[in-house]
Amino acid sequence: MSVVQLLTPEGQRVSHPGYDINLSDSELRGLYRDMVLVRRVDTEATALQRQGELGLWAPCLGQEAAQVGSARAMAPNDFAFPTFREHGVTWSRGIAPLDMLAMCRGVSNGGWDPQVHRCGPYSIVIGAQVLHGVGYAMGIQFDGAEDVAVTYFGDGAMAQGDVNEAFVFAASFSAPVVFFCQNNQWAISQPRDQQSNIEIYERAAGFGFPGVQVDGNDVLAVMAVTKVALERARTGNGPTLIEAYTYRMGAHTTSDDPTRYRLAGELETWRLRDPIERLKVYLARQGIADRSFFDHIEQEGEELAEHIREGVRGMVPPRPESMFDDVYAEPHARMDEQRSKMREYLASFEDYVG
Amino acid sequence: MTTLTLVKAINAGLRKAMEHDSKVILFGEDIGPLGGVFRVTDGLQKDFGGHRVLDAPLAESGIVGTAVGLAMRGYRPVLEIQFDGFVYPGFDQIVSQVAKFHRRMDGAVAMPITIRIPYGGGIGAVEHHSESPEAYFAHTAGLRVLTPADPQAAYLTIQQAIACNDPVIYFEPKRRYWDKGEVDELQSALDLSEVADPWRARIMKAGSDVTVACYGPMVRTCLEAAEASTDISLEVVDLQSLSPIDYETLASSVERTSRLVVVHEASMSGGIGAEIAARIGERCFYVLEAPVTRVTGFDVPYPASRLEEYFLPDLDRVIDAAEQVMRY
Repeated sequence: MSVVQLLTPEGQRVSHPGYDINLSDSELRGLYRDMVLVRRVDTEATALQRQGELGLWAPCLGQEAAQVGSARAMAPNDFAFPTFREHGVTWSRGIAPLDMLAMCRGVSNGGWDPQVHRCGPYSIVIGAQVLHGVGYAMGIQFDGAEDVAVTYFGDGAMAQGDVNEAFVFAASFSAPVVFFCQNNQWAISQPRDQQSNIEIYERAAGFGFPGVQVDGNDVLAVMAVTKVALERARTGNGPTLIEAYTYRMGAHTTSDDPTRYRLAGELETWRLRDPIERLKVYLARQGIADRSFFDHIEQEGEELAEHIREGVRGMVPPRPESMFDDVYAEPHARMDEQRSKMREYLASFEDYVG
Repeated sequence: MTTLTLVKAINAGLRKAMEHDSKVILFGEDIGPLGGVFRVTDGLQKDFGGHRVLDAPLAESGIVGTAVGLAMRGYRPVLEIQFDGFVYPGFDQIVSQVAKFHRRMDGAVAMPITIRIPYGGGIGAVEHHSESPEAYFAHTAGLRVLTPADPQAAYLTIQQAIACNDPVIYFEPKRRYWDKGEVDELQSALDLSEVADPWRARIMKAGSDVTVACYGPMVRTCLEAAEASTDISLEVVDLQSLSPIDYETLASSVERTSRLVVVHEASMSGGIGAEIAARIGERCFYVLEAPVTRVTGFDVPYPASRLEEYFLPDLDRVIDAAEQVMRY
């Protein structure tokens, strides 16, 4: 099967024998707005890290279509299990940008209530959350509900035992789950072709469910493919592996230096396949959006960036003794003992303000 | 009162918990038609159905990782790890995910997961089937660790572990699986006001000279030592909960006896006994007549089974330690 594409890098709408999508003009403009604002959040967070305001940031630059297209395909009650790079997913699940930054600001290890947003926390252990998604999907199945779990991971995670076990369990239970793999070509410094001898989507066959490869920089194709996989899961037909073929245009994280392992020319090639630019061209050519719309979104982005800058600087550390809260759900003597010892010790400093 | 083996007592406790709460599901390898390799789940799939008692593919990380998702969906998974030495493939999910999730989510998501692990040696088994890894879990914040010593305790504490909103690692002393004891099956841990607190230690036999702290499979060993020890009077304390440890009960015993011996099968260094020695040293410094002394497995991989009698603490080693602390 060929890579599913509905919008070429030049912004031309093309057809595919297996997949199609019909979106209203306002839905198309909405996807454009999502991608532009996610990129603005992402570049602002990267800048804030450079200014010392964040400890770390994992940029999603270049992967906006894969993330927004798949997450916007989900129903409100579906549940997403993202990694630390899925800012386009958390954005689409209604999580406030400042909450996305809380972990990197060092004021929280989470940032939002998963049940409210139907979206798990950013998973840092590679692949661990894929099993959580499958377990959640098994729960959906036991409930007789029609929700679907969508798990996110990258090409690097395909080597993890947890991801492969997740495939086995999902197939065994025919769980309503979508495996959404963003193949961004690089597992930090290891290129995709050193990680596996076959294409990622082809590995699904060995586990007994379909795999599909989609142009991850084509938001329409990503959405179309994800909708089919969601429907398949929702109607009791089990999991699908989607490989979104994309590119990490930035560094792995702000601590990484990609110039040590990849050539500048590669980035230039992928710039020509930019996910936002091709939708912009399409919207403009079709007369779905005009100059004033694009300007308005740019302006909205600037305001959002300003809001993030101010908000991040205003994020202060929680009280020290809060580290003992919620370690256990039920009363625990050791927590009480150590909390009061810390309190006592801190209070022994003359200048301590409790 | 009914006489039950420890296996049957846990089985009865699981049954009670499943009757009480439809969100309780059992998940593990070979726990369905087979009833588990030790038959702890015998008959439960037949009575509760395949949607409540689920056979898992053979992958421990998969079992624990999917349980995290099931808990997020509102289920109360009870997992069976087939043997102590097979928990390690699931270790990452236990310590990095199960243990931390509630804190990480600022309390928004609970992890009411019970992980049952048959542990300990003394059954002549092959490698990886006789280990005592409890210290790893007791060291991990966010987890609770329970281990029953007899059928009555097992019947109640398995229900309490399942009802707890925190993750509980539930270590079952496999060499005591076939020990029989009286169980009051009418009593249910779900009526918490009427049964013992599972997080409290139990004084199993009163004595005046030496406190012997033990848990799980070593409780019977220490009770036998106390019985055999005619010159020295041993007070046997079953810790039962290894996280948190009930230092109130233990310290009050040591305040009476002034001497403490800690007994466990697990290796000595960095173990539960070391932690207890430090804590009791802090709390009971002025009453102690002798250093807190440990009787434990050695700091070696669990030996081949023909040597296990030299590795495992037994009645003689416990009495020997009691004599040592009396000589100070």
